[in-house]
Order: sequence, then structure tokens, then C-alpha cells
Amino acid sequence: MIKIENLTKRFGAKYALNGISFEVSKGEIVGFLGPNGAGKSTTMNILTGYLSFTDGKVEVDGLDILEFPGQAKKSIGYLPEQPPLYPEMTVTEYLNFVYELKGCTLNKKKHIAEIIEVVKLTDVKNRVIGHLSKGYKQRVGIGQALVGNPKVIILDEPTVGLDPRQVVEIRNLIRTLGLDHTVILSTHILQEVQAVCDRVIIINKGRIAADRRTEDIAAAVEGNRRMSLKICGPVKEVIAALRALPGVFSAESIGNLDADSTSYVVECDSGIDIRKPLFHMLAKNGWPLIGAEASNANLEDVFLTLTEKSADTKKKKRGTKNDK
Amino acid sequence: MLAVFKRDLISYFTTPIGYVYMAIFLAVNGGAFSLFTLQQGADSSISSYFTAMIFALAILIPILTMKIFSEEKKQKTEQLLMTSPISLGGMVFGKFLAAFTIFTGTLLIGCLNFFALIEYGPHKTVYENVIVNGTETRVGKLVSEYNTGILVGSVIALLLVGAAFIAIGVFVSSLTENQIVSAIATIATMGVFLLIGFLNSYIPFAPIREVLSWLSIYSRFGNFMNGIFDFAAMLYYISITFVFLFLTVRIYEKRRWA
Repeated sequence: MIKIENLTKRFGAKYALNGISFEVSKGEIVGFLGPNGAGKSTTMNILTGYLSFTDGKVEVDGLDILEFPGQAKKSIGYLPEQPPLYPEMTVTEYLNFVYELKGCTLNKKKHIAEIIEVVKLTDVKNRVIGHLSKGYKQRVGIGQALVGNPKVIILDEPTVGLDPRQVVEIRNLIRTLGLDHTVILSTHILQEVQAVCDRVIIINKGRIAADRRTEDIAAAVEGNRRMSLKICGPVKEVIAALRALPGVFSAESIGNLDADSTSYVVECDSGIDIRKPLFHMLAKNGWPLIGAEASNANLEDVFLTLTEKSADTKKKKRGTKNDK
Repeated sequence: MLAVFKRDLISYFTTPIGYVYMAIFLAVNGGAFSLFTLQQGADSSISSYFTAMIFALAILIPILTMKIFSEEKKQKTEQLLMTSPISLGGMVFGKFLAAFTIFTGTLLIGCLNFFALIEYGPHKTVYENVIVNGTETRVGKLVSEYNTGILVGSVIALLLVGAAFIAIGVFVSSLTENQIVSAIATIATMGVFLLIGFLNSYIPFAPIREVLSWLSIYSRFGNFMNGIFDFAAMLYYISITFVFLFLTVRIYEKRRWA
């Protein structure tokens, strides 16, 4: 459905994108993940025809976007980073305008009503957009991307500014859309990728750092065994005993909680579950465990895990991090 | 193009801009008309009214055009327009047309003033021979002395000058996202086009004088007020309009390719 070959975009001497290639097939939900300034939005802006590119080839639905910009744009619905809303229009007026702008040929009244239903804007459909809250504005933006029932839907950080319940709703909506649309979304929230996407493309410094199925991401997250523990016991001995556990390569105390318990951070090799040996060791020594928590892998961790080739460099980097 | 035209036209009335423009235009127009024609009695001339209007347009048109693209840029809505299937030319022309429609509509309302000329404008005495009681007598009769042709011609010329000014405003507003900067830069650009002809008397070099007076929007207006329908001048105004609309399209193309 979307085919990008060796896409390069240069702003002056700076490469925003440096030879990106990937394909997205029909019905796939792909997440763009990456730090700020990595080139996620640039890629999306190029796909939607907002920006042109320096070199490479972009095809949407088999059409080269330089040769057939009109048709290619018709098959794309786009929600930019900041939803492109006219504050003085009402929601219905705005969606009608987008409908006319895109030159759609569906049943206008029915189609707009459906979109308002889908993105749950019924309560505010006759209100002026400028008076709506951020969450509603975001939903109007998503509704705008759905106008004309495009084959490809591109969403730049679609859940920003929504409350947790709305986030869940929008994620469900995106999954539903993925049944008969191709969806590309960008995000920096790892859970969002896991919850919604089939596939993840990690972009860094204008290059594709990784292109994986979401399951691989899950594995990377699972592989990251960093635990915070709260243990009552003599600090030095506890640390020594923790380090002696199989697979543990670092154990540090990070301060006293109260008179007799101390917090520790333990990191171990991926693929090793230390919880059982930990329990037996603590029980044997008579040190009560009053808290244990597996730290959530953050984007940075996943990023490092997926982008770094050898496990050795990974360990080294983690070691230096702990030294600080 | 039609969608953009429609949206922009409606937005003049859902925001205060349209009303502000119409109110100020009609007030200035009525004031100028009363001052330069009605109150001048027998010496009144319609040309000083049109001259005043041309200079007034340089201040009034930016009200219409200052937000045309700068607001789109600020609200990021230009992203919607540029990723939609319409062409850049259609986008620019649709917006131009919306502003021009408001301008034309308001000017035509302002033209209602001309009916006052029938009663209060300059009159002349027309003599004719009438047979009264068998003897032929010369009888004088006051007839309103205004020339509909000059009025219509000048209004059409004013519309074209307005179109050129709107195109300049559209172009300038595509360069900035600040409405105030847009308005002031537009006034400055129009000022250059209006006043460039006045530099002539200070320049001793004939070819430059020739070029300057060729560029001047104002000096070309004279023929219309003298009752000559100057096609060269019309073509000039239309060219200015298209050159600036074209430049606006180029600005957007360049931004896309930047």
C-alpha cells in the first residue's frame, strides 16, 4: 500500500532523512517510534505530500506521489502533530469543509454523521471548535483524517492531550480502523505501540534503526530485568548476596527508606528470572523482602536494546550508567 | 478551489474581520464622497473622490488580506490545505477570490452614493425653444450633469486596482505568520506602487522616469477619470494581480521543496 525507497530529505546541509526504505502492506498498523527530531514527522509530511523530498521514491497505493499527487493525496487521511482546525467553524461545518476540500463522492450527510458517531463528537457537533477542550479538538482532528474513507490513515501522535479513558477509546478506534485501512502512527509512548501496532519502525537521526514486529518489542521489554527491591537487612551483606545470584551483574543500594529497610536496584542478564532464587536467598538469610517491583522498560531502554547490535556494548553502557 | 473560496468567504462573516472591513470601507467611502463631490457644489469633480479612494484602499485592503495565509500558517491549517488534493494554484486563487468578493460587494454597496449625484451633483442649464402662447421662447432648464460612462469606467478600474492590491496582500501574508507584520508590509508595498510615480519629478534621467511611471498604479488611473477606458491600464492591473498570485504559489512550492 505504501512503498518508500531510499527516501532522503535534506534541509540545507542537514539530512533530516537519510535513505529510509520500508513497505507497509494493506491492513497493517505501523508505529513510528523515535526520539524528538528523529524524522518521524518529516517522513509523515513527505508521505502526505506536505513536503517534498530530496531523493528517493514514494508510492501510495501503487501511485508515485510526484506523478499523481492528487490521487495519492485522495487516498490518504492525515492528522498532523497539531490538528489543523479552524477555530471559528463548528465541528460539522469543519468536517463538511474537509469533505469538499478532498472532493469526496460519498453520501455527504451520512458520511459526516458516521464520522461524528465514530469519534464520539455527537455532543459537540454544533459547537465552535475554538471553544472545545484539547481532547475534543484532537478527536475532531482524527475525524478530519477519516473524511472520505481513505485507504491510508496517517496519525502523528494521535493520543497526545487526551485523558486516559479517551486514550483507550482512541486506541480501540485505531485498531478498528486497522481492519480495513492501512494505519501509520507515530508516538513516543511504548505502551501505545504495544497496544495498537502490528509492527514498529524505529527511526533515529534520519535512518531506520529497527523495523520489527511488535512481539519483538515485547521480548525486548521482557528481557529487560531491572528490579527495585526493598529489603530489611545489613546493606553490605545484602548487596554481596544479591550480586552472587546467578545472572545478576549489578546491584546497588539507592538509599534508606526508614530505620531498617533499604532500597536496591538489581539488573540481570536478559532471559533470566531471578525472582525465585532471590526469594530463597533472602529467606535463607532471614532478610524480609518488603517490596519488589519490576521497573517498566522505558523507550530509551527499548531503543538501546533494539538498536545496539552486540550484547557486550549493551552491558558496558549499562555499567557506566550505574556508575553515575 | 470552490471549497476554499466558500470557507474563506463565510469566515469573513463568522469572524469580525468582514464586518470591520465593511464598516470602515463604507464610512471612508461615504466621507470621501461627501467631501470631494457633494460639498464642492458646482466645482465638484468625481476624480478627486476616486483618487482619495485609491489611497484609502492601501489602508483598507490589508484588513481583508492580512490574515489570509498568515493565520493558516499560525493555526497550522495550511497543512490540511497542502495535503488535500487541491492544487496550490486553486488554493491561492480561492482565497484571493473570497477577499475580492467581499471587496466587490462592499464597493458596489458604496456605489449607491452615486444616486445622490442626480439631485445634489453638478447641474447645467439646458436651453430649449418652447412655443408659449403662439410665440417661440427660450426656456432654461436645470439638468443633472454627470457622466454615467465615467462613473462606470472608474468603478471598474477601481475594482481592478483593488484586485491588484488584494493580490499583493495575499502574497505578503504568505510570507509571515504574524498578521500585524503582514498588514504593515502590505501597506508599505502598496505605498511603493502608488507613490513611485511621484518620484519622477526628482529624477533627471529619462529612462528611469519612464520605468517608474510605468510601474505606478496611480498614474495609470488618470485616463479612467477623464472618461477614457484604458485597456492598457486594465491589462496592467490584471497583470499585477496575476504576478502576485503566481508569486504566492511559488512561495508555497518553494516551501514544499525547501
